[in-house]
Amino acid sequence: MVAVQQQATTPTHPLAKKRRWTFFLLVMLLIVASVASLMIGPVRFSLAEIWHGLTVADHSLERRIIWELRFPRVLVGVLVGACLAVAGAILQAIMRNPLADPGIIGVSSGAGIAAIAIMIIFPAYITLLPLAAFLGALMTALLIYFLAWKGGATPVKIVLVGVAVNAIVGAGTNALMLLYSDRVQAALPWLSGGLAGVGWSHVQMIVYYAVGAIMISMFSVKYIRMLRLGDDVAKLLGQRVEVVRFFLIVLSALLAGIAVSVSGLIGFVGLVIPHILRLIIGSDDRFLVPASAIGGAFIVVFADMIARTVFDPIELPVGILLAFLGGPFFLYLIQRNRKGDARA
Amino acid sequence: MLKAENIQFVRNPAFSLKDIQLNIKKGEVISLIGPNGSGKSTLLRVIANLLKPEQGHIIIDGQNLKTIAKKDFPKNLAMLPQMNDHMLDLTVGELVEFGRAPFQRGIGRLSVENQEIVEWALEVTGLTHMRNRLLPGLSGGERQRAWIAMAVAQRSKVLLLDEPTTYLDIAHQMEVLELVKYLNEEFGITIIMVLHDINQAATYSDRLIVMKAGQIRYDGIPQCVLCKEMFQTIFNIDAEVHNNHDGVYFTPLRRRRNG
Repeated sequence: MVAVQQQATTPTHPLAKKRRWTFFLLVMLLIVASVASLMIGPVRFSLAEIWHGLTVADHSLERRIIWELRFPRVLVGVLVGACLAVAGAILQAIMRNPLADPGIIGVSSGAGIAAIAIMIIFPAYITLLPLAAFLGALMTALLIYFLAWKGGATPVKIVLVGVAVNAIVGAGTNALMLLYSDRVQAALPWLSGGLAGVGWSHVQMIVYYAVGAIMISMFSVKYIRMLRLGDDVAKLLGQRVEVVRFFLIVLSALLAGIAVSVSGLIGFVGLVIPHILRLIIGSDDRFLVPASAIGGAFIVVFADMIARTVFDPIELPVGILLAFLGGPFFLYLIQRNRKGDARA
Repeated sequence: MLKAENIQFVRNPAFSLKDIQLNIKKGEVISLIGPNGSGKSTLLRVIANLLKPEQGHIIIDGQNLKTIAKKDFPKNLAMLPQMNDHMLDLTVGELVEFGRAPFQRGIGRLSVENQEIVEWALEVTGLTHMRNRLLPGLSGGERQRAWIAMAVAQRSKVLLLDEPTTYLDIAHQMEVLELVKYLNEEFGITIIMVLHDINQAATYSDRLIVMKAGQIRYDGIPQCVLCKEMFQTIFNIDAEVHNNHDGVYFTPLRRRRNG
């Protein structure tokens, strides 16, 4: 007995090494994917040319393509990916549900219908798009919360309510598009989710919201961790559990709304990234939330690069590509859950 | 030390706590026993302020529970809820640190004082050598000890435990109960716990409180409470009660047909 206990003693945190490596790898992957995104395309550039394009403001081809087209697109990809993955990480933690994701629980579609309404009914107010997307996301998030949480929300219940709300909101979106079918062209690429055509104006539109919301998320980690201990324990430790959970749902709706407002409906980033990372580095949100931000940024930048180059000359919306990758992964997760592994 | 006055709590028309009066002295070990659905856990949750009673109040150390600020609450009372088995990827040490979270300003590392209290909590629960083990890799008894250590780290005056031995084998049950007894004897922590095993409750408690249908029916030292009549009226069984030099215990005989 004594021997077993001594053997079991570990000097440092058992996950410390894995976490360090994961962070290192994620940052490297993000850097490589970003540089590659600047490099690859219909016109290819060398590293020196990229440097020139980023730093010298002249009228060269590098400057116009890299600074005006590719660089803002990478930036938007980073922001969108980080927002979606952090939103997913927060939702999965507070709902204690590994299947929670801004798309699956209807938050993205809520942001979507609000954004579509702005785009095709009130195009004059296009600057309010992020706000509208946020409000749409918030409304559906709260609706699902009150329908599913009250009286105990099992993972299945949240997903089922989310599917139902998704269907209703989706029907609303379709109805809007039919009623205004003459203007629907403007919204179509946005609907399938992608970064085609984004530029500096989009960066400016979301950068403050996105950075702000991600910073707040990092400071909220303390509260997210407390909620993971269970409502009772969190209350006993002096937390206002209902207030905190409400605030965190608003925060994840804000994050999802920011992403949706520029990139449209990109699914599965919020589900897959936090989930994979949790399997690797564990469920401690001090590490999971920042790692998700970097991982989400990487996957969107990387997938966008694939989507716009591999099928050249057709530019595949990144949302479609991610759904192709994410769908099978989601099915795989459900398989796993059935085998009794329901770690959230 | 801890008083409950006229507690009334209605959960639904079929079940309520009625006229609960409790007076618990500092340093006592109290076990709540009674059949399923008798209101033991509900009473414990009312005492812990997790449920709000319709009437009456709880007084800890002369202070009404309602007037204690949320922040100061963990100083007064700690509770181990029923076996919670979220598979958290935390180490034992990290879990125990949560016990100091209410007393920690801002984010970042624990203050030196809080760090010392965490060390102390690990030591008294015999977990110092396991501090870097992950919770999912522990046995049920070790995990339960880790949660108790977290509650102990709050350094509260009162510690509530809701069925701390459920799902544990007999050796681990005794391990947990002996730890509770040690914490009580060594540090004078007042203990109130819900236990299913009446013999264990009699062995490890100063006082037993027997509940049925939301009311306190018996309240006294184990020697007084454990009697044939109590088993008949509360549990509807016939039992034999034995007294020996270090306590009292019972053997169940048969379930009573009528009544």
